[in-house]
Amino acid sequence: MKLALPKGRLLKQTASLLEEAGLGLTGYDDKSRSYRPKSSRFPDLFPKVFQEKDIPIQVAIGNYDLGVCGLDWVEELLVKYPSGDLVKVSELGYGRNDLYVVASRRAGISSVADINNGYECVRIVSEYQNLAESFALGRRLRRFSVLPVWGAAEVYPPEGAELAIIGERATGSFAATYDLVPLARILSSTAVLVANRHSLAKANMSRLLAHLRTREAPKMMQEFMPVVAGGRSKKPVTYDGVIRLALPDGHQQRHTIALLEEAGIDPGDYREPLKTRRPTIGVDGVNAKVIRPQDMPLQVANGNFDLAITGEDWLRDHLYRFPSSPVERLLKLSVGRVAIVAVVSEALPVTTTDQLRDQLDGLLPAIRIASEYVNIADRYARDNRLVGYRIIPTWGATEAFLPEDADLLIENTETGQTLKQHGLRIIDTLFESSACLIGNRNAMSDRAKRSRLEHVIEILERTAK
Amino acid sequence: MKVFKCKGMADLLPGDMVKFRHIEEAFRSSCLKRGYGEIRTPTLEYLHLFTASGTLTPGMLGRVYSFLDWDGWSGERVVLRPDGTIPAVRLYLENLESANVTRLFYVENTFTFEETGTERRERWQCSAELIGTSQPLADVDLLLLATEILTKLGIGPLTVSLSHAGLIKALLAELGLGAAEQTEVFDRVLEGDIRALGEIKTGKADLARALALLLGVKGDSPGFLENVRALLGKSRAKLSTSLNDLAAITELLSAMGCSYEVDVTSGRGFEYYTGLMFQFYCGSQRVGGGGRYDDLIPLVGGPAVPASGFALYMDRLMELLKTEPYSGRGVLIKPASTDVLELKASMELASRLRDAGYFAELDLGRTASTDHQWVLSVAKDGALNLVNQATGKKSKAASAARILKLMEESK
Repeated sequence: MKLALPKGRLLKQTASLLEEAGLGLTGYDDKSRSYRPKSSRFPDLFPKVFQEKDIPIQVAIGNYDLGVCGLDWVEELLVKYPSGDLVKVSELGYGRNDLYVVASRRAGISSVADINNGYECVRIVSEYQNLAESFALGRRLRRFSVLPVWGAAEVYPPEGAELAIIGERATGSFAATYDLVPLARILSSTAVLVANRHSLAKANMSRLLAHLRTREAPKMMQEFMPVVAGGRSKKPVTYDGVIRLALPDGHQQRHTIALLEEAGIDPGDYREPLKTRRPTIGVDGVNAKVIRPQDMPLQVANGNFDLAITGEDWLRDHLYRFPSSPVERLLKLSVGRVAIVAVVSEALPVTTTDQLRDQLDGLLPAIRIASEYVNIADRYARDNRLVGYRIIPTWGATEAFLPEDADLLIENTETGQTLKQHGLRIIDTLFESSACLIGNRNAMSDRAKRSRLEHVIEILERTAK
Repeated sequence: MKVFKCKGMADLLPGDMVKFRHIEEAFRSSCLKRGYGEIRTPTLEYLHLFTASGTLTPGMLGRVYSFLDWDGWSGERVVLRPDGTIPAVRLYLENLESANVTRLFYVENTFTFEETGTERRERWQCSAELIGTSQPLADVDLLLLATEILTKLGIGPLTVSLSHAGLIKALLAELGLGAAEQTEVFDRVLEGDIRALGEIKTGKADLARALALLLGVKGDSPGFLENVRALLGKSRAKLSTSLNDLAAITELLSAMGCSYEVDVTSGRGFEYYTGLMFQFYCGSQRVGGGGRYDDLIPLVGGPAVPASGFALYMDRLMELLKTEPYSGRGVLIKPASTDVLELKASMELASRLRDAGYFAELDLGRTASTDHQWVLSVAKDGALNLVNQATGKKSKAASAARILKLMEESK
């Protein structure tokens, strides 16, 4: 029996639940670097650790019989694919994370009705793009666009989006941090045990199910409940001549701080640990916001930022999907160097992409490619004519997918060491990626901004050399 | 690797296409004769065309094929058209808007996701739209057009069911339902729930009696509607606009000798209907339907222009088409050898036969048995041997002219 377990926020309580259930798991804790814990009590149990977001799809496609993850990610899948094979078994009572539709107080929106009347096109930003679309259709928004993001959705309204759909947990208190008003709660979510329909139908999993006691299953809220009536504030949002700069969080933050300091720009409260996603940095006329580097190209394309510091990898992933996008690389920065590589398990007897293709009809009937870089992976498979491939989008920890749940990865690596430790082999290097400054080619036509833009680019350019 | 078509999609084989074209031709010629102009809208439309009108239910919108275009970085989606009428209205507003009556028709496919994959996700329909008039005559004209086409195709016996969206909406309001409830019950009726109306309780005795008559009896004359009107009592005033409209339509239909049944629960289709709704049944198979949608054009952002239309469902018609519109495959010509000159002679012979109106194919081998009407073999000496496959009769001739004569005689 195969069990998918979450990394991250649900790990600790899931581990103690499994401990109580007497599974005798070793290697499932914060410190473990293994993705494959072992059970002393159930030798035929195969547990594997995933990013929480990846678990519903892994169980739905039958790679795993059971899984533990937040109801939010289960509903995100089920709202789009209701007839799939994912079944909610029981609510586990921890890891609460209610989902809210929020707007900025500064936009003067206090109900969903305001939205439908006041905007030509409603932009909804969220990590939960299917729930966002379902919300828009259910509330009969006349014209909307859903902007998927990897994170930090709370910092987008009002300039980058009219609405955001976010977990309560993500922000703590909306109103205080980013001046957000909750308009509706669309889901009440806790950790749930999920199962594959066919596994439930065929395999006897009663021993494990009995230990993970069933509590009442949570329901999707039928009515969208207004939570707090928003006060209106009429402060208009204008950015005449102000440069909007996106700065990265995560691994790239440290490099970027060093880069700014080297350029003589005070990073201000962008310094680690990050306390606000709207930091003040030491350049006049620049308004900075901290978002995920993955999301930057799309945001720059939509004109929400004039400049952004991201990775070449994410720029390419964007341009492969939207070839006519107005985003371009303005500067190559020398930090954050990685190689984007194609990786297989050492157990697979291939060392090049050509050999892999030759094996396709024999060893591998349909090749499964796991990657965070969906569009780069897709292009790689097309260019190399890997007939009958499937892309499995992942949210990180991709190296855990080989060999059971994928045949090939498109991954980034600094030295190749981690890959080696996991028993993986690089068969191709797609390109070298480093941090870069990106911009929107249409922004240069704004005369008010142009000289400021050129000034900022010049400072960074001197440093980059 | 074995290859298959996508789930829920259909291949149309040569035999299917013969039927398809036969239906399409019958439809086109009837439409053209009545002054309808043919249009074709693009397969891709913006999703907001369909969300803006607010006329497809969230359930229907949840099953559209939508995706981001290659330049869709703004997050706005495009769709494979899920419906024919809304794009036709968009086309009208963008290109043809006028003070006159506009008559349009089209043969198009629509795409709707269906979960099991056992039913079609791509469907073809033959549709006509009559834009710019709200006269009962317009609805009757459309209805007679559809009936004429179905009759021409030999689809029958036909049942024409009439309902009225305006009447249902007025009834729901008169029954005291709130706005949200009215929409919900109307949606249920449109989705085929025939009990939706009967379940509503009312304290108004007159209304209850009239409703019982409307639901319990399928009227087939204008007199039926007069009976309903007589029972309505105080509710009469509120329902009179819709009842008058439906009565005028039934009078015209009766005068034209067209039989129908008035069945308010028979309305099917889209929330955008406002007036008459009609359905065509062949046995239990629904082969087409349509109605009046006066509010749709304003909802899509145009002026208050009334319109109505119908669609005939190609897939069902193809199943029901009894007459084989084309039989036999003409002549198969067998050359004497692969010698260039002899092949040339055979090809010229084939051209000659085609010019005379026959279907003629050259034998390219791999024809162990054929369903051709004739097989014509060319001998080395140039003699022509004709076999009539239907009768088994063999004849010999020396020239193409003679062969043509023989074929003409055996027709």
